[in-house]
Amino acid sequence: MLILDHLSKIYPNGTRALGDVSLDVGSGEIVALIGGSGCGKTTLLRLISGLELPSLGAVSVDGEKISAPHPAVGIVFQEPRLLPWLTVAQNIGFGLDHLPKAERDARVDEALLRVGLAGYGPRWPRELSGGQAQRVAIVRALVTRPKALLLDEPFSALDALTRASLQDHLLALWDSHRPTLVLVTHDVEEAVALADRAIVLQPKPGRIFADIAIELPRPRDRLSQDFAEAKRQVMSALDGSLTQPQPSTQNSKAQAAGWW
Amino acid sequence: MSEAGTLEQPLERQQAAASSASRRFAVSGSTLLLGFVLPVGAALAYEAAFRFGLVQARLLPPPSKVGSTLWDLARSGELSTHVIATMTRVLLGFGLGALVGMLLGALTGSSSTARKLLDPTLQALRAIPSLAWVPLFILWLGIFENSKIALIATGVFFPVYLGVMAAIANVDRKIVEVGRAFRLSKTALARRVLLPAILPDFIVALRSGLGLGFMFVVAAEIMGASEGLGYLLVDGQQLGKPDQILAAIIAFAILGKIFDWLLVSGSRPFLTWQDSHSRAA
Repeated sequence: MLILDHLSKIYPNGTRALGDVSLDVGSGEIVALIGGSGCGKTTLLRLISGLELPSLGAVSVDGEKISAPHPAVGIVFQEPRLLPWLTVAQNIGFGLDHLPKAERDARVDEALLRVGLAGYGPRWPRELSGGQAQRVAIVRALVTRPKALLLDEPFSALDALTRASLQDHLLALWDSHRPTLVLVTHDVEEAVALADRAIVLQPKPGRIFADIAIELPRPRDRLSQDFAEAKRQVMSALDGSLTQPQPSTQNSKAQAAGWW
Repeated sequence: MSEAGTLEQPLERQQAAASSASRRFAVSGSTLLLGFVLPVGAALAYEAAFRFGLVQARLLPPPSKVGSTLWDLARSGELSTHVIATMTRVLLGFGLGALVGMLLGALTGSSSTARKLLDPTLQALRAIPSLAWVPLFILWLGIFENSKIALIATGVFFPVYLGVMAAIANVDRKIVEVGRAFRLSKTALARRVLLPAILPDFIVALRSGLGLGFMFVVAAEIMGASEGLGYLLVDGQQLGKPDQILAAIIAFAILGKIFDWLLVSGSRPFLTWQDSHSRAA
């Protein structure tokens, strides 16, 4: 459904953020992209969203090539990024301008209800807590009913309790229309709690190190043995990705020469 | 020259002054009353000193004399003629200067090519004290209304231009990206994201511009007018009527305050969303 075909990204300053990433994500699948800092997680997500374009390769959704932000792909950023001059309800309805007012209002009300913020519609974003604001940001991206939703470390700024509750909210929202979710995270527990697959990335340049299937039934018990085992598996892959020597000495010599 | 120099205050200072002024709106009634103690007390003391013959008050007339002069001017209809003349000039000059400043500021704020092309020239022109244009404006546009309005518009233009340009250039990239992610067209992005984002700064720029507009209307009217509050000032000086000068100054103060208040209260409904310090205080 979502196909990344040999993606590379080289920034104008010469930084090679991503080198040859290929990935095939099925419809309704939840994929966590996990890796240390600087491994190109966020770059990868921005390429999928169409906010940035790959230097090489292509992204396609249901066979359609992504060359600009696409209606089938929604994105949630690390910060809520609510528009401060719009009320909570207007923020959620921001992407629904094309719909008649009655339907827009209905969708907004339903969304508020689903994330436990019924009655918050007329409030200003400044009146919300961090967790509430991020819930609003998630439903703002979901009310347009995208086929794929991208989330860029959406819960990283929140405390552990709020984070766990938001993860549950996200799964409940996902369950209603089953969009494909691509979630960038640096939190192993989050990856195991949410994802069907954890894609471990390796830095310099960013590429896929391991693709780990997490076949735990939902709802997942965070204290179970299987959960701990899955966590351990992802964790050890993550360790491997960071300590892995460069592919070959010859190659790295060539790279060093290039750098000089 | 030095007078013109003080007119061209850096925008930051004007903005700081404007924001501290808006914060002052929030003070409670008793604090407000406290602010009146000094001026009212001084006026009463001076009035008393005059009544008891302690001062001559030939050059500084007592408040009662200024008040009665103002009252006479108002009753004879003379005051309204002058106020209307001044207001018309301010409004036309302000409208023209603010409009051009807004358009050019929007252009240079949103396009880096336009900024590179236009901004250096405009900054160079800004360095010229606006009053230095007066002789040219009079040569080009005559001694009547046109040159006065051009001078006021020049004064209003620069703070509005700078304010709008800086506001647009400083809009949060992350918020703009939200607009892009929702596939807004250029015009929709401007209307739904950029415009509301710059509105608070834009209002401050307009207020700075309005303040300068009032300064320049005085300059323009002092330099030659047959009506207007500035004419009252010159007339009072030439005929040795300090009470008339003070009456005109008071009229200017009231007029300026009313215009500023209109601007602030007119924009307030659009700014209730702000998460500002003064709201918390």
